[in-house]
Amino acid sequence: MKTNTKRKNLNNVAYIFIIPFVVVFAVFSVYPVLRTLYLSFTSYKGFGAPTFIGLKNYIRVFSDKFFWISFLNTVKIWGINIVVQLGTAFLLTIIFSDIRYKMRGLSIFRAVYYLPNLISAVSVAFLFKTLLDWKYGSINQILMAIGLTKTPINWLGQVTTAPNVTALISAWMWFGNSFIILMAGVQGISKDYFEAASLDGAGRWKTFTNITVPLLRPIILYVFVTSLIGGLQMFDIPFLISGGTAGAPSGSLQTVVMYLYKFGFETNQVGYAAAIAYTLFLIILVISIIQFKTIGKEDK
Amino acid sequence: MMNARKPGFYIRTILLYVFLIILALACILPFWLMIVNASRSGVEITKSFSFLPGKNFAENWKALFGYVNLFRGLFNSIIVAVPATILTGYFSAITAYAMAMYNFKGNKWLFKIIVVFMMIPGQLSLIGFYNLCQALHMVNSYVPLIIPAIASPGIVFFLRQYVQSSLSKSLLEAARIDGASELKIFHSIVIPIISPGIATMSIGTFIGNWNNYLTPLILLNDPDKMTLPVMLTTLNAATDLQKNQGAIYLGVAISVIPILIVFCFCSKYIISSISAGGVKE
Repeated sequence: MKTNTKRKNLNNVAYIFIIPFVVVFAVFSVYPVLRTLYLSFTSYKGFGAPTFIGLKNYIRVFSDKFFWISFLNTVKIWGINIVVQLGTAFLLTIIFSDIRYKMRGLSIFRAVYYLPNLISAVSVAFLFKTLLDWKYGSINQILMAIGLTKTPINWLGQVTTAPNVTALISAWMWFGNSFIILMAGVQGISKDYFEAASLDGAGRWKTFTNITVPLLRPIILYVFVTSLIGGLQMFDIPFLISGGTAGAPSGSLQTVVMYLYKFGFETNQVGYAAAIAYTLFLIILVISIIQFKTIGKEDK
Repeated sequence: MMNARKPGFYIRTILLYVFLIILALACILPFWLMIVNASRSGVEITKSFSFLPGKNFAENWKALFGYVNLFRGLFNSIIVAVPATILTGYFSAITAYAMAMYNFKGNKWLFKIIVVFMMIPGQLSLIGFYNLCQALHMVNSYVPLIIPAIASPGIVFFLRQYVQSSLSKSLLEAARIDGASELKIFHSIVIPIISPGIATMSIGTFIGNWNNYLTPLILLNDPDKMTLPVMLTTLNAATDLQKNQGAIYLGVAISVIPILIVFCFCSKYIISSISAGGVKE
């Protein structure tokens, strides 16, 4: 009996331990999410009392051509980025996990490949904005010196190149991260599988498609989903490269969160911005569920 | 049999290394060009590129700091990122420890809520967060950049698993029989044991806070209070500075170098923390 009451008191100590977390979490995480939801049903302008207007903001989002253009811009930039990013990461994983070549220097290469991911997006955006400058940027100067182009290319000023270059900058920032995660996954696979495959005479491609990919499926899913959730919220790099929420050139760099920022913090249509945030969340939710269902199922 | 390799094998091995090195150069070259151009004059930069530093470092420094005091931003970033990292480390550890080692009502619910909030995109709360800060008169204050660090669901999630795998209940019982208080047990037994996990998470937290842009952008509009990334973006508007690209490169270099130093000392921890992120799923 005595030890029982003692144990209860003991467990009450846990409440004291979690109180700071719970209070701050409720105030700064849960409340803002619910407050955004509430504001999305109002015509709040950033001051005064919010007026309830029902689903009007959401109806407006769904019929807002520019919201969907910014959504497609975001998907396009993310899509090009994920192909390059995952493609490079996979290639590196294959090279380093090949038991015949036994490549050395994994820890050094891994560290160097991860370097771009550590730098703030602001610095990266500034750096590339300056390096890719139409007239004076070092990249055009190098390309002209080795004869790849005769006239400087306006990388960030044309609708045809700006989204692709932005995507490549994102891929440059993130391929090392994906490579580290995939490589950690491969190192978790028993070497026996690879040796058995090698003894059976399986080629590199067969080993990759029949052993590496199926065993890595949960990790690939993790990389893909986190990249998608992060990618749909893309803001810093396109915002800084185009120099504002308009998404220059010709709005081709305007992402959903830039569009949200424009209404929430520039034109003070806060209620509408909140509805954009929740619409984006619903889209992310639906895509994540579909991904988990399709990629998760093939396992069985 | 393994020794009798064809010459093609060696050529292919060399080609693979060439590929790896080219990719590594692609990661390093932009930073190298940044350092080189930070020491060249605007005229030199507009004329041609170079892989070797120039002699204009002092002038670029003068031009840059004549426009903006980046050390102020550096200082502000430290004032925000260091306390936020400490708060995240300490309070995530104590919350994770309580959730892993005690049976209390609501424990499972707390865990479920944490998992749900890990999946919710951050931008979802941006509007409500700013609205809250306005109501609390905390715009232009560091409080909303530091205090929310106490509640980091992702870190609690990771450390909870870390506590479960590295701490045994019998050790805690032994300490209790010796008469140690619960808080003392946490400070003198639990923290030393789980400190590798806390350290790994803290590096990520620090870099995340240091690089954070959107939240300080919406909250801070007093130039004296701006953190480094926000201050750096004010260079965008400095048209006379745009003529001297060397100064712009120098500004970017000053913002990058602290992180490069952290990376040189902690790259192992950083890489193991990312690997942990993928494998835990």
